[in-house]
Amino acid sequence: MSVHTVKEIVASLRRGEAKPSEWAARILECIRRADGRVGAFLHVDEEGALARAKSLDGQPVEGTLFGVPYALKDNICTAGLRTTAASRILENYVPPYSATVADKLASAGAVLVGKTNMDEFAMGSSTENSAFQPTRNPYDLERVPGGSSGGSAAAVAAGMVPFALGSDTGGSIRQPAAFCGVVGLKPTYGRVSRYGLIAFASSLDQIGPFTRTVEDAALVLEAISGFDPHDSTSVDEPVERFADGLDTGVRGLRVGVVTDIQEEGLHPGVKQAVEQAIAVLQGAGAEVVEVSLPHSRYAVATYYLIAPAEASSNLARYDGVRYGRRADADTLLEMYERTRSEGFGMEVKRRIIIGTYALSSGYYDAYYRRAQQMRTLIRQDFDRAFERCDVIALPTAPTPAFKLGEQLDDPLQMYLNDMYTIPANLAGIPGISVPCGLVEGLPVGVQILGRAFDEQTVLRAAHAYEQLRGFEMPVPALEGSA
Amino acid sequence: MSGVSVSEARASYETVIGLEVHVELKTRSKIFCGCSTSFGAPPNTNVCPVCLGHPGTLPVLNEGAVELALRAALALNCRINQDCKFDRKNYFYPDLPKGYQISQYDQPIGEDGYVEIEVGGERKRIGIVRVHLEEDAGKSMHAPDGSHTLVDYNRTGVPLIEIVSKPDIRSPEEARLYLEAIKSIMEYCDVSDCRMEEGSLRCDANISLRPFGQREFGQKTELKNMNSFRNVQRALEYEAERQTAVLSAGGVVEQETRRFDEATQTTVSMRSKEEAHDYRYFPEPDLVRLHISDEWLERVRGSLPELPLAKRDRYVAELGLPPYDAGVLTADRGVAEYFEAVVACGADPKTASNWVMGDVLASLKATGERIQACPVSPANLAGLMKQVEAGRISIKQARDVFKIMWDTGKDAETVIREQGMEQISDEGMLAAIVDEVIANNPKSVEDYRSGKTKALAALVGQTMKATKGKANPAVVNKLILERIGSPDSGASGGGPADA
Repeated sequence: MSVHTVKEIVASLRRGEAKPSEWAARILECIRRADGRVGAFLHVDEEGALARAKSLDGQPVEGTLFGVPYALKDNICTAGLRTTAASRILENYVPPYSATVADKLASAGAVLVGKTNMDEFAMGSSTENSAFQPTRNPYDLERVPGGSSGGSAAAVAAGMVPFALGSDTGGSIRQPAAFCGVVGLKPTYGRVSRYGLIAFASSLDQIGPFTRTVEDAALVLEAISGFDPHDSTSVDEPVERFADGLDTGVRGLRVGVVTDIQEEGLHPGVKQAVEQAIAVLQGAGAEVVEVSLPHSRYAVATYYLIAPAEASSNLARYDGVRYGRRADADTLLEMYERTRSEGFGMEVKRRIIIGTYALSSGYYDAYYRRAQQMRTLIRQDFDRAFERCDVIALPTAPTPAFKLGEQLDDPLQMYLNDMYTIPANLAGIPGISVPCGLVEGLPVGVQILGRAFDEQTVLRAAHAYEQLRGFEMPVPALEGSA
Repeated sequence: MSGVSVSEARASYETVIGLEVHVELKTRSKIFCGCSTSFGAPPNTNVCPVCLGHPGTLPVLNEGAVELALRAALALNCRINQDCKFDRKNYFYPDLPKGYQISQYDQPIGEDGYVEIEVGGERKRIGIVRVHLEEDAGKSMHAPDGSHTLVDYNRTGVPLIEIVSKPDIRSPEEARLYLEAIKSIMEYCDVSDCRMEEGSLRCDANISLRPFGQREFGQKTELKNMNSFRNVQRALEYEAERQTAVLSAGGVVEQETRRFDEATQTTVSMRSKEEAHDYRYFPEPDLVRLHISDEWLERVRGSLPELPLAKRDRYVAELGLPPYDAGVLTADRGVAEYFEAVVACGADPKTASNWVMGDVLASLKATGERIQACPVSPANLAGLMKQVEAGRISIKQARDVFKIMWDTGKDAETVIREQGMEQISDEGMLAAIVDEVIANNPKSVEDYRSGKTKALAALVGQTMKATKGKANPAVVNKLILERIGSPDSGASGGGPADA
């Protein structure tokens, strides 16, 4: 299977070598051939994609993503197109409106081909919590693609789409990007509108792209960024042409390495690959400085109070009254109980219970309030660190992809997958995962974090590394492996 | 109850009441989406994905709602929290689409204010604990047979303020006066229509009793479902008696929520303390903190109208009106504005007050019109008063003219001319008529001279009749007296003639 970047597709359209409808047809063909084994998609909208692409045929090539096929994680609402968040409770839910990112991508000329699999309501790190199907890692079909945006990561990794959007609440873009050997970017909280993103934890959720290259990530980020009057937490920061400043290099850039990073559970192969990546940046003229993030060790615990607390409230609307699944029952209370018992999976229930408990009268101060205080300390750690450096480099995930089923019975082990990604969500800062090699034949990623709204510097460092790392990620050999 | 009647027992307990009043703000659109707030639309037509709580939707705060809440809080003498926030109040109910209500928990927009009421001629301050902004829920309609419930989400997301009083209210009557004061202030500030029958003003009450002299509050109950001011007073009266009976029988009042039952005029238990909700409040992460700039605050403060009680004091102090008149005129902002417009046209305040409180309000009551739609404009009323003052028509004629002005919308001068009602004050014109009346009524003249002063009225009346009511009674009076002289002193009879 030939793999194409966003940039290549736009260039071919500009040169008149292909029409949008031809690209859409090729992409749909790729999905047909590969997705049977990967399971990245919950729904492929062949008809809609072809019709949309045809409507672009013959039109002037305008917009950075003109004619580019892409996929959306299935927690991003699309008017008229089923959106389930991979949950039984929304199994037949068809939104009456589209997410702002979907509208923005449409105006940039992109062509939506389908909705990707995920952990139910984005709760998980392996996509195994989908109510509908597992997704397999294209590099090793016995392994998970990571999560919760595993479908989007796998779809890009397998070459089924040149880009896809995911959402990142505690690492749900970066960790699957690392597992699947693609680029995954979590923008600054507030950079991209959340309107139309089915909420998991509102103060942490952020939409971002999966791409094959950093440059593509910059192009997609530019298309989806900006203040949205429908999202009060989106920020009115100027949207830069992120792809323009990528080639200025890293000479003099101060790259922070975290001296007090938690190494328990960190795979030595991952550690080595990340150290090599930092050495590459240093070799290109970056200055490596030591920084401390003393409170990051509490990040996972903090996150598992704040995120479930918000989730317990965000998921209250799935009550069977207005839309989605409704169980038959004789009384209102019974209807609520049965609808939610049948509609939600185990992990979602676990988090609703944790969150409800953390917010309960008498426990709020001990749990939720303390977690918020710790969140402030974690944010202050980053403020101090960024006085000494411009970006921070660290592993994305502590290990390469694990096997399906391996961690399903051990939620705490599963939660530790996000130990390096969660701090950025708590601090609201941008982070990117870039492939930095193969460990035991599996992709691993280096994570680069930056100051709030300084995606430009993060992308510049990531791009420099990508250009200088000295290898190309191999394309997974899906076709022969069936 | 050991031989003591409830009314006797009541005298030994002090009633303590606090009210929670919900007021719908009259914004055009809802607090977190662009849907209309109009009342009475067909069910579920003023709705959108946001107020229906569809997955992925987010609230966006309507600044107009903040402005009205700010105005209300200032009018209630509150301290404004210029940096405040919204919180989620979590509970499940079908009329609450998101499973939580966006409200303000620990940082309300206004705190620590007060309202003044007048009880038995004395001013009394009722403290306000807080004023906070929140969204309304939808409306559930239960099938009478209990088989199903329908929900109308038109009201979902209509902006509300909740006004929580301190437990400063000491009787059901004070509670009603407090509510009337709140309603009047809200109307003055143009914050709400305060139509209790449409639900744009709703009231819950907390009530407890304690022996007079005791500092600690007694156990309270919460009362709900009172849909008129009168019912608030009645529910509280019933509840005070019920608690009195419980306490004087040596029992304890249970902490519970009770519902007023209009049919029986009693309160019935809804839920006990054990069934109370844990709302799990936490800061609303979908909204940023609400910051009210100094500039905004000062602009709203500057735009506040004169409030009813201040206006009332001014009418007494500056316009010399009796306190009663001032109270009647200021009860409704529209009436006060009408009155002030009449005075602004040069009318005498007391005379204007008589007209407004009398013919104007009576006619409005009879026709069911609001003062804003009064067919006699303030300028025309002032014009009518001028005609009386100038002696062109009598006060009695003026009242007839007013009726015609009301029906036709014409000004006084036109009506007087068209009706040929102009008063005759010209002595030359009246002298011949007076002479003729005196000549034709020797008996009355004789009576008058012998001390029956009431006979003068008969002579004036005859003159008025002869002129079809147009004669100026004062002039007629004078002309007659010039001709028949003074009555004999010391004679018995009535008082002085009343022209």
